[in-house]
Amino acid sequence: MKILRNLSKDRLAAASFILIVVTIVAGILAPYIAPHDPNEVNMRLRFAAPSWEYLLGNDHLGRCILSRLIYGIRPSVLWVLGALFISVLIGAIAGFIAGYFRGKVDFFMMRICDIMLSFPGYVMTLAVVGILGIGLKNILIAFILMKWAWFARVIRTAVMQYVELDYVKFSKVTGMSDIQIIWKHIVPVTLSDIAVVSSGSMGSMILQISGFSFLGLGIQAPNAEWGMMLNEARQVMFSRPELMLAPGLAIIIVVSAFNFLSDALQVALDPKLIRSTNKFQKQEVETEIRGGKIHEYTRS
Amino acid sequence: MGSYMMKRILVSIPLLLIISFLTFVFMNLSPQDPAEVVLHAQGVPKITDELMTQTKAELGLDKPFIVRYFDWLVACLQLDFGNSYVTGQPVWSLIGPAFLNTLKLTVVSSVVIIILSILLGVVCALREGTIIDQSVRGFSFFLATMPPYWLASLMIWYFAVKLDLLPTNGMDSYKSYILPVAVIAINYAGIYFRVVRSSVLNHLNEDYVLYARACGVPERKITMHILRNSLQVAVSIFCMAIPIILGSTVVIENVFAWPGLGSLSVRSILSRDFPIIQAYVLILAAAFVLFNTLSDIINAAMNPKLRKGL
Amino acid sequence: MNILEVENLQVTDMNTGQIIVYNSSFHLKQGNCLAIVGESGSGKSVTCRSIMRLNKPWIHQSGDIFFKGENVNHLSEKEMRKKRGKNLCMILQNGMSAFDPSCVIGVHLRETLAAHFGWSNQEIETKMKKAMESVMLKNPIETMNKYPHQLSGGMLQRIMIALALVLEPDIMIADEPTTALDTISQFEVIEQFIQLRERMGCSMIFVSHDLGVVKKIADDVLVMKDGKIVERGDISTVFSKAEHEYTRYLVSTRLEVSNHFRKIMGRV
Repeated sequence: MKILRNLSKDRLAAASFILIVVTIVAGILAPYIAPHDPNEVNMRLRFAAPSWEYLLGNDHLGRCILSRLIYGIRPSVLWVLGALFISVLIGAIAGFIAGYFRGKVDFFMMRICDIMLSFPGYVMTLAVVGILGIGLKNILIAFILMKWAWFARVIRTAVMQYVELDYVKFSKVTGMSDIQIIWKHIVPVTLSDIAVVSSGSMGSMILQISGFSFLGLGIQAPNAEWGMMLNEARQVMFSRPELMLAPGLAIIIVVSAFNFLSDALQVALDPKLIRSTNKFQKQEVETEIRGGKIHEYTRS
Repeated sequence: MGSYMMKRILVSIPLLLIISFLTFVFMNLSPQDPAEVVLHAQGVPKITDELMTQTKAELGLDKPFIVRYFDWLVACLQLDFGNSYVTGQPVWSLIGPAFLNTLKLTVVSSVVIIILSILLGVVCALREGTIIDQSVRGFSFFLATMPPYWLASLMIWYFAVKLDLLPTNGMDSYKSYILPVAVIAINYAGIYFRVVRSSVLNHLNEDYVLYARACGVPERKITMHILRNSLQVAVSIFCMAIPIILGSTVVIENVFAWPGLGSLSVRSILSRDFPIIQAYVLILAAAFVLFNTLSDIINAAMNPKLRKGL
Repeated sequence: MNILEVENLQVTDMNTGQIIVYNSSFHLKQGNCLAIVGESGSGKSVTCRSIMRLNKPWIHQSGDIFFKGENVNHLSEKEMRKKRGKNLCMILQNGMSAFDPSCVIGVHLRETLAAHFGWSNQEIETKMKKAMESVMLKNPIETMNKYPHQLSGGMLQRIMIALALVLEPDIMIADEPTTALDTISQFEVIEQFIQLRERMGCSMIFVSHDLGVVKKIADDVLVMKDGKIVERGDISTVFSKAEHEYTRYLVSTRLEVSNHFRKIMGRV
């Protein structure tokens, strides 16, 4: 709650938060909100300018652009959120186990993470899509496969710091079970670290997924998705450049909202992991690039 | 120094082996039988069991898994990545020239990125909090939210179509480089200039700067010390950036129809041409490992403290 | 004769609007050693840096600082730079971080001395060698070719003192020069400071929160608390009949125990 109050002081962050909530709700309720069927072709309305009935105009097949934007929230934002959630969950479990129990488990897990992280993200995604075939589902699987290792790393570092704290040591002495300690003492304090790393990845993930759809590797026509809409708009780019505007701006606005929110979260929660990295060594900058602040390097 | 280099190189060899093995395993996990894909690609009208066994034998798919891996690995080391399923041409004859084209784009972009980010980073750090600093940072934040292919499309529309100044696609002359390099540079300079900036800022607050000032060392010399130290970090980061840029030119290449690895890989994925995908993943993963190793070595060479610790 | 007079020095953090040092006035007599005592965060270091005019850009200082009758606060940056090192020399708390980690320490010594005296490398080497030997550093030439991380904190501290010996400043400002050292190095460095004063007769500002060390070296004492000077006087008066409650508290606890504790806690 305190976090929410802190955030509400920062107007930009508050606005971003509201925008994200509105987007998510609009995505969930798309069938009720969208004025038209997103896939309804109407050749008479090809490239129609905005009108009261079609607020953002119509595309090359006469489909309602606004409705397509609203339906596009689902793959472009909601599914990405889902994939992010799963990979954070896997990363958190791995990170908690490695950071709490240390020893061989930790060593083994971290070597796996090293290997996972030694694949460049973009290439990994392409490889997975190459094996499993094109489609939104496979890209999301690729995301989950790739990202968990990074989350596991960061969460492990956070857990390791908290395990050293006196009250955790005390709980160990009093004979609390490991699971109880993790659940009662470590999970609550690491939540802020987790929130910051994961919100920092969100913007870059949205950009990536739309990038893959733009290449035709993601969602398939006629489904609405922002990157897909840009791909379709590109075909008529020379004659109708204005079709690039709506989906492009939608991506920019949502991604900035996530980035602003993540920056604000970072300030509001002030997680230890960002400051406590060793001073002038590569690690810090690496963390900074890979982590939240400077959104991820694997951007398209 | 020599022993550190050896150690670092030796560490990267098992990593390369694991990567190659994983690449091989991944490709064999594919739900489709490669023999079937080949037959389909060659346009065989009716696939019989007999034909399948024959093709499998031709492709060496009937041998045990581990044997196939080592055969494949040895062949890969000789740049023999097999033949394309679709065209039947050797993979290297397709990937080689594409790799070269991508490399050209990457090298030019990297040079621009490095120059831009060092310039902007140093200027912003030395003028911290001023209008220059704030506007550059604000602008880079804005650019970071822009889908690069969108930016690329806008630039094509404006510079190539509207003003008719630059070519829209292909790589015919030096002019073809301008737009793709600009998009990639805008994309990454925004990230890396922050790295340089925060690194310079960190060093500005170090005690040695205070002490040098307290001793009356000329400001110009102090700036050189700060640059020397903060660029150390930057150099190794840039080394790591090169394979990242190499891998992420995929989208840009497709927008500008650049005849490089990115275009080739996307085409191969769409036609499920596994040997090419395999070679692509392997080459880029190897480049990633090699550049990481290189960046560690450079870092150690420049930072005596690290060298001692390892 | 007062070599340094500080009048109504006020230091403000422009970012937060917080006042770090309130309207402080004090002076330093020629050849004397003035100790500034107080807890961390009491404004001691900021006061020193204000005299050197080396505070961060967002830290604003007002008031007058007269060095040999000249107002330092009104000097141009260029003139100020010439004063630093040659007239006003500073020694930092942590020798480990006071030298560029990627250069051998000789680089710093050469750059400093070349800037002030324009000596050749040869001259610098002979002069530094003599100075370093006098602060009990063995193998001076070899030491000059080492990186900071290859030397101990005490050695680096003595190198700073050696550099000061060559620079022959009018005022030496030592900002907690012993805090980061272990007890034995502390003793050695303090010995060097005492000898330095005897040899050069320079005036000194010695910042510390260790009254035991202060008692050995200082003539006069300023006690600072929360940015204000709460007590001043010559060393024996302050130790025997302090007026301010805080000083009495400091003297009674001698801060030793609490400092030791804080140091340990700070390291965790």
